Amino acid sequence: MAKPKVAFYWCASCGGCEETVVDLAEDILKVVAAVDIALWPVAIDIKLKDVQAWKPGDVAVAFINGAVRLSEQEEWVKLLREKCSLIVAFGSCAHIGGIPGLANATTKEQIFANKYHLSPTINNPNGTVPQEHSKVDNYDLELPFFWKDVKTLDQVIDVDYYLPGCPPPPNLVAEAVNAILEGKLPPKGSVLAPEKALCESCPRNETKPDDLTIASFKRVSTSTPDPEKCFLAEGYLCMGPATRSGCGERCINGNMPCRGCFGPTPDALDAGLKLLSAIASRGKADTTESSQVLADSLADPLGTLYRFSLPASLLRRRLVDLHENS
Amino acid sequence: MANESFEPKIVGFLCRWCSYTGADLAGTSRIQYPPNLAAIRVMCSGRVDPTFVVKALRDGADGVLIAGCHPGDCHYAEGNYKAMRRFPMLLNLLDQFGIERERVRLEWISASEGDLFAQLVKQFTEQLRKLGPLNWQERIEALCTNL
Amino acid sequence: MISLTIDGNVVEVEEGSTVLQAAQKLGIEIPTLCHHKSLLPYGACRVCLVELEYSWGTQIQASCTYPAQDGLVVNTASERVLKTRKIMVELLLARCPEVAPVKQLAEQMDIKEVRFPKKNEDCILCGQCVRVCEERMGIGAVNFVNRGREKKIAPAYDRHSPICMACGACQVVCPADCVDLSKITKRTLRPIPLAFDEGLSGRPSIYVPFAQAVPNVPVIDTNTCMYFQKGTCQACQEFCEADAIDFDQEDKVEEVEVGAIIVATGFELFDSSEIFRYGYGRLDNVINSLEFERISHASGPTGGKIFTKDGREPQAVAILHCIGSRDENYHEYCSRVCCMYSLKFAHLVKEKTEAEVYNLYIDMRAFGKGYEEFYKRVLGEGVHFIRGKCAEVTDVPETDEEKGKLIVIAEDTLLGLTRRLPVDMVILSSALIPGSDSDKLSKILGLNCSKGGFYLEKHPKLAPVDAISDGIFLAGACQGPKDIPDSVAQGAAAAAGALSLIDKGKVILEPITAEINEERCSGCQLCIANCPYAAIDYDEEKRVSVVTEELCKGCGTCVAGCPSGAAHQKNFEDEQIFSEIEGILA
Repeated sequence: MAKPKVAFYWCASCGGCEETVVDLAEDILKVVAAVDIALWPVAIDIKLKDVQAWKPGDVAVAFINGAVRLSEQEEWVKLLREKCSLIVAFGSCAHIGGIPGLANATTKEQIFANKYHLSPTINNPNGTVPQEHSKVDNYDLELPFFWKDVKTLDQVIDVDYYLPGCPPPPNLVAEAVNAILEGKLPPKGSVLAPEKALCESCPRNETKPDDLTIASFKRVSTSTPDPEKCFLAEGYLCMGPATRSGCGERCINGNMPCRGCFGPTPDALDAGLKLLSAIASRGKADTTESSQVLADSLADPLGTLYRFSLPASLLRRRLVDLHENS
Repeated sequence: MANESFEPKIVGFLCRWCSYTGADLAGTSRIQYPPNLAAIRVMCSGRVDPTFVVKALRDGADGVLIAGCHPGDCHYAEGNYKAMRRFPMLLNLLDQFGIERERVRLEWISASEGDLFAQLVKQFTEQLRKLGPLNWQERIEALCTNL
Repeated sequence: MISLTIDGNVVEVEEGSTVLQAAQKLGIEIPTLCHHKSLLPYGACRVCLVELEYSWGTQIQASCTYPAQDGLVVNTASERVLKTRKIMVELLLARCPEVAPVKQLAEQMDIKEVRFPKKNEDCILCGQCVRVCEERMGIGAVNFVNRGREKKIAPAYDRHSPICMACGACQVVCPADCVDLSKITKRTLRPIPLAFDEGLSGRPSIYVPFAQAVPNVPVIDTNTCMYFQKGTCQACQEFCEADAIDFDQEDKVEEVEVGAIIVATGFELFDSSEIFRYGYGRLDNVINSLEFERISHASGPTGGKIFTKDGREPQAVAILHCIGSRDENYHEYCSRVCCMYSLKFAHLVKEKTEAEVYNLYIDMRAFGKGYEEFYKRVLGEGVHFIRGKCAEVTDVPETDEEKGKLIVIAEDTLLGLTRRLPVDMVILSSALIPGSDSDKLSKILGLNCSKGGFYLEKHPKLAPVDAISDGIFLAGACQGPKDIPDSVAQGAAAAAGALSLIDKGKVILEPITAEINEERCSGCQLCIANCPYAAIDYDEEKRVSVVTEELCKGCGTCVAGCPSGAAHQKNFEDEQIFSEIEGILA
């Protein structure tokens, strides 16, 4: 019997998700023994036309990491959707937008201005900016189009499963692959991670006081958390109570509060708002004024509450007045 | 943006004990207020999940009112204090999302303040009329189409 | 025990008793003047003389000081006793012909002529004042001075006493009512106002609050009682035959677990001195409705007689309606009961005096059963009704007729005239206002107040007796001004409401309590800190938070504050509210 074929693809991502495949270590041999890798841009040279030649269903599953930001990425993921039986959004960026998704807090114009003009390390006297079409030495060159908005994978194509994490931990990947190979898959649309929030497995949960109150918010950039205590009890914003568990508490063990890469729990429509509600409720403030002071002590709530999930959040992105921007 | 004919849509989350009863009093007292506000009854302003507010703005509301008992008067002792603490944090967040702070208000309306409720709705409606429509859906679509 | 014979009757008394006490035990009356139950036997007046029989003859002795002895034979009404006693009273009458108890005794003994040199003293030298001050108060501010004919009672050196506390005990015990405190001390007596009489009369430190008090027993006001203030007196103990006075009793705070609460805290009367122009608290004979209520009451300070402050019967009385109510500067609402009690006042004044009565009203609101009929009856009694609010009450006369009177100035809106009514008494029908501490109670019980500050009912028509919180009922004027029939009706309804809860013995919970999905709860426990009712506990075994449904009141704060969405509120589910939002905005 022919081995099933598997594809890996990357969009707007850092490459860390590729690493996690490598991090399977010896287990990767089992994977290779069980499947054929049909596409893996980081390792094997397969061109677009090769994939276009596939017949639908030729490939059993495509693991796609990265958010979708460029027209090229859209073209590729749509093609893979057409050719592959299953699509797995692999990692935070594909799942909920990830770090690249934070670009939705600003605009394409601002990004370009910073990248090509304003940044102090830029020397661009001609004001050159990337063009979709250009002619160099009589060759027509084409660059992918840079969208105004960063999207999660499921905002572009239909996604069957999600493997969360930045990057997904090897044990979850192995479990997912096994499940696919054995055909023991949960209902379509499932996130292949535990349903409870991180406090469930957090080694510091027991140190959380009964009457947790937050007088003001601290930042890990300006002070060091106690290596034993619950971060919230000390005033560090920890996304743990609103974030799926299964990550192996990697950040917690590095004395870093949870940043939310595993995305919301299944019952929360918007993890950022849920956590905001939870922590503000425990604020130490009894007047309108002191509530404002408490709120102001939380720097950059959008970037903190939606560090990994801005494109997947209810409000998706910063609204820009179309008139002011044109 | 000011548009005299624009009728803002306001979703009001009113606590069942004070503000909803206050709104009811405005009704039974036959005090007129603009029909722009549609009320959703919750047991306590502490039940108002910021998600509700955002969901309303997303789904087409131009403004959201959260109203509860005056501080110290909460039927559930302290639910309104929780609303009070969440509110400025939510506004700070909405600010970053490019949604004007003026679109969301937290007010204390007691069960006897029917006239105050009516006045508040009147004033909030005027304020939103000056601010113009939020049009979240339309604007986000324009930003997300791949052009 | 000692056994003795008095007037042929054998009586047993405890050792140390006096002959007088033994006689009193038999119910034999022996007249006394200097004797006082709370003071040590003294034997100054000699009115209580009795004859003692011995084998060798008889002897006259003061019964108040003579100790009872075993086998003693006593005659209290023998010829010799009566004769000697008569001489003693005659001597007293010669000294103090105007003193009431002496006159009374003389009358009883049929003394017509006094054969001794006459004086006109008011003090009978019984020494009770001296003794009470010394024995009971431990002060000794007054004592006997001089001897023989010059003997009198005075403070040391006949100067104002620096140690007198002006407690007034000497005045209380003096049978001749002749203590002039101003000669003893520069301090003035501070009468203790009786609250039930609106301070129109005074009371002792031990008193029954009012005639119908429940329980109908005396209480000690520790703020004024000399025992609690100075550790002295305790005279009341001597009088209490049941030996029921216990100075060690203390106020107790008792905690009672109940299934229902009825709030019936009533109202307070508007302080009419807030409206300067009506002169309340500034002009004599401007009184408020509760003060008139006491004055006109048979058990009140005047025994039901309607008098002005200087004891005259008024010739004209004005009753001013709506003082502080129906007034945008004070209270906008109508106090409801004032019109009818003002009519009652008018009727009472007419019944008890010859006075002209003027009722100054804005609108007459005779709304209840039989009320309109009563209004007509009072109209028929010749009471003057003037439609117009009083502008001012003044004591500045413009004519001779107005001299020494209070002048009520008002516009008679029916006649179109400004009227000046000279009257002797002005009764202000003041507004009923919420209790000054009603805010505090409202916070404790979780009540709400309506606009005027009275407690808010759950629904004006469908639940007029229920407070907003379950299990709490409202009765009477704490919910709004109302008269007695309405208060009784509401009280009965509240009692029935409370009883229906108690009777069932169980409470039906509203189906809005929170629940936590243990499949999804991470055990972060933030909800536990958020619950004001301690209704959520952490299950150590399952490592999830659990709601105790009976304790949950259904506010939903834990649900909104649950970061993972594991908490739900029944019938106020997120999905339901989302659907409402969608419905509204569709």
